[in-house]
Amino acid sequence: MKKRVFKFYSNYEKEEAWLNEMAASGWHCVDYLFGRYTFEKGEPGEYIYRIQLLEYYTNHAESVTYLGFLEDTGVEVIASHIRWVYLRKKAIEGPFELFSDRESRIAHYRRIITMLLPLAIVNFLFGSGLLGNPKPVNLFNLGVALLLAVPIISYYKRVQALEKESQIRE
Amino acid sequence: MAADEQGALTEAVFYILLALHEPRHGYAIMQGVQELTNDRVALGPGTLYGALNTLVEKGWIKALQDDKNSRRKEYIITDQGESIFQTELKRLEELLTHGKLV
Repeated sequence: MKKRVFKFYSNYEKEEAWLNEMAASGWHCVDYLFGRYTFEKGEPGEYIYRIQLLEYYTNHAESVTYLGFLEDTGVEVIASHIRWVYLRKKAIEGPFELFSDRESRIAHYRRIITMLLPLAIVNFLFGSGLLGNPKPVNLFNLGVALLLAVPIISYYKRVQALEKESQIRE
Repeated sequence: MAADEQGALTEAVFYILLALHEPRHGYAIMQGVQELTNDRVALGPGTLYGALNTLVEKGWIKALQDDKNSRRKEYIITDQGESIFQTELKRLEELLTHGKLV
C-alpha cells in the first residue's frame, strides 16, 4: 500500500523527525520530490531516517563516492534533491546517526546556513524594497526571507550550543 | 613533529588508527570500534568518511587500492600514523598514572 503526502518543511530537522514519526507508525518514505513524499506501508519502526545536505550536487564525483560509502554501511539513499539526500537504515542494525562528534555536526549546520543565508538576504533586500528598480514592499519575498530566517536562527543556536560544549569536552 | 601534531587525538581518530592496525574498510572500522567499546563509541558514517579523508591527506593512513572509484576501499595505518598513535598512548598513560594518584 502506498500513499502520497504533500508537505513543506523549511527546517530539515523537523522534516527528519516527521519522517521518523511516520516510520514509527509503519509508513516508510521511499521517495521525495519538491514537497511530494511517497510512503509505503510496512513494519512499524523498521527504518530510521536521516537527511543531509551534501557539500556538492548529488551527481558530483565526490558525492557519488560518499553515497557509495554510506551504502556500504547499510544506508539506503531513497531520494536526492539538489544537494539534499534522504537516507534510511534498518533499525535492527542499531542506532543510525550520520555524525558522531560535535565538529562534524557543526560543519553540517554551517554548510546549511551558508546555503540559506544569501537566499534570505537577497529575498529580504528585494522584499523590503531596498534593492531593485524602485519597487514597493514585496510581501512574497519578505515572506520567503522570514521563512528562511527561522531555520537559520535555529541552526545558528545549535552551533553556538555545540561550540560552547566544545570548550570543555572533546 | 609539528607543534600542532602534539595535541590530544579525538576519540574517533584514536579508534580509527587503532582499528587500522589491520586492513579494514569503512563499515568494518565502524563495527570493530563499536564491538571493542561495547557500543559506547558508534562512529557515524558521515563523521567517519570525513575523518578517513583527512587522515589519508595527513598521511597517517593509506588506502590499499589505487583505484579511486573502487567500492569498499580498505585502509591501513602508515608508519607516520603508528608513531602518532604511540605518542598518544604515552600521553594517555601519563593521564592515567596521574589520575590514579588522586
